[in-house]
Amino acid sequence: MVAAAATEASSLRVRTLSKSFPAGDNAHERRLAIDAVSLSLAAGELVSLLGPSGCGKSTLLRLLAGLEVPDSGELLIGEDPITEPGEERGLVFQDPNLFPWLTVRRNIEAGLVARGVLHEKRDEVDEFMRLVGLEGFGNSYPHHLSGGMAQRVALARALINHPKVLLLDEPLGALDAFTRMRMQDEVLRLWQARGTTMLLVTHDIDEAIYMSDRIVIMTTRPGRIDRVIPVPLDRPRDRSSHDFLQLRGNILELLHFAGSATSD
Amino acid sequence: MLREREDDPRSGEVSLLPPATALSEPPVRARSGANAEGSSSESRHELRPRAIVSVPLAAAIALVVHLLVSKQEPPAEVHSFTAFLSGVLGLSIAAAIAHRWWRRLRQWIAAMFPILAAAILLLIIWEGVTSGLRLLPLPYFPSPAGVLQSLINDRALLFDSTWHSLILLLSGYAMGVAAGFVSGVCIGWSRPIRYWGMPVLKIIGPIPATAWIPLAMVVSPSAIFSAAALIALAVWFPVTMLTASGISNTRASYLDVARTLGARRSYLIFRVAIPAALPSIFIGLFMGLGASFLTLVVAETVGVKSGLGWYVSWAQGWAEYGKVYAALVIMAAFFSTIMTLLFKVRDRVLVWQKGVIKW
Repeated sequence: MVAAAATEASSLRVRTLSKSFPAGDNAHERRLAIDAVSLSLAAGELVSLLGPSGCGKSTLLRLLAGLEVPDSGELLIGEDPITEPGEERGLVFQDPNLFPWLTVRRNIEAGLVARGVLHEKRDEVDEFMRLVGLEGFGNSYPHHLSGGMAQRVALARALINHPKVLLLDEPLGALDAFTRMRMQDEVLRLWQARGTTMLLVTHDIDEAIYMSDRIVIMTTRPGRIDRVIPVPLDRPRDRSSHDFLQLRGNILELLHFAGSATSD
Repeated sequence: MLREREDDPRSGEVSLLPPATALSEPPVRARSGANAEGSSSESRHELRPRAIVSVPLAAAIALVVHLLVSKQEPPAEVHSFTAFLSGVLGLSIAAAIAHRWWRRLRQWIAAMFPILAAAILLLIIWEGVTSGLRLLPLPYFPSPAGVLQSLINDRALLFDSTWHSLILLLSGYAMGVAAGFVSGVCIGWSRPIRYWGMPVLKIIGPIPATAWIPLAMVVSPSAIFSAAALIALAVWFPVTMLTASGISNTRASYLDVARTLGARRSYLIFRVAIPAALPSIFIGLFMGLGASFLTLVVAETVGVKSGLGWYVSWAQGWAEYGKVYAALVIMAAFFSTIMTLLFKVRDRVLVWQKGVIKW
């Protein structure tokens, strides 16, 4: 019963959500960024939001994080409405946004300090540094870190609060291809180990197929959900398997890039 | 390059590699590495001859020039300056010998010898123009020996004046920094406070603090107190301005991250906005320090009856220009020491910025 309640609390529901922003200089003119989006994530699910830039994926994530207020619609985590940022919803940006004035260790501790629970949970800092493979870098400052390491610190910093939901806004977008593939495995490992519900924004089709249970494809201006594609492949997935490539081809076709997909 | 590649026994295995990249690089790098090692092993024990010789040579010339030109000067002056230059010569010779066993000293000499030699050269020119050729009118332009003698004769009063200046400067600066920091954080963080505070800051701030002196004289109970308040006012403006701009320019994404980590307002202000604003705050602290020196000297010259500013105008009143220059020498050392200390504090506090921004 307890387990059921816990998993239910980490589900995520979005109902007919709309959000607009001021367009240009005219204060009365507003441009719709998200138009009546409905979406729900079961507890422990990993879902990708895939779409071209400007389709409102990041806005949707910021709304879920509580950093923006919607014009209309409903945002629920479990049964609770989302009104402001909270530690049960972690957010990792494309730019790791580490606090440059803090060492790696203090960056990871930031969430505990902010909630005033550092004393009780000091041991967990070591655990999370190990979890993301950063033992020995505790006293380094962020400007000494490579992009991949910085993003791992950002992940550890978000995870130390044990969020029920982890929102990932193109967290691997700025990394080179090899680091990126390694980090995808790392995020999957963390996801499987912790059972956190994850919503991953990406514009990389391979990443979406490799990582997620379902792929939500969005269209641009205003942002709408075009369709939801389940990914029925077994894990761990093989990026060069026939099924993987077939699914990739199908998605490319949906996005009207089919020509280039079938030629290679 | 080509021949090198053919000689390389591995060339068969790696023929897939494009030419002139992977293969040719390692030998080149190895060569330059060996070079670097060779030169560093040289400098490990040796300085270039001119680095060793320049300073002692300059000091020796200064001593000779001094003994030649100072025949008609007061004996006390001649004696003091001879002792001073002999001391410099002795120290420089000792350093030239000791550098072989003392690495830090060797690095210091290598970095500093041109400027030290130039400083001694300047002393030689100064003495040549004053005592030697008598090109400049007395008593306005005493020789370096005369200035040194004033420094020695009046050391008690000079020390006392420096002490008073230090107390006044630090109390005024501390008050100004504290007030500027608080008002800067408030103006930078809160929109309503910015709305009301910014116009006041923009209108009052640019008035030079020294312009308030006549008013301060009338209003305040003591000259010392009003001087400290004026220094504080001079410091307050730049510190407030740069603290406010640093705080309000905090990257929004840092605040977003902190909020998703569960941060409340006090965390956002004290652990995100203020650290993020520190580089800008330090610029304000440096500008405020400069303003505080200026205000200190002016306030001491016209109102306060102690301190180096007072000493300068007092000595000038007696036409004792040797003492005026002596006080200026002390001021230079005093102010630059404080400036250096603030740089050290900044380097310590902003250690996380190392290699990011330099100014």
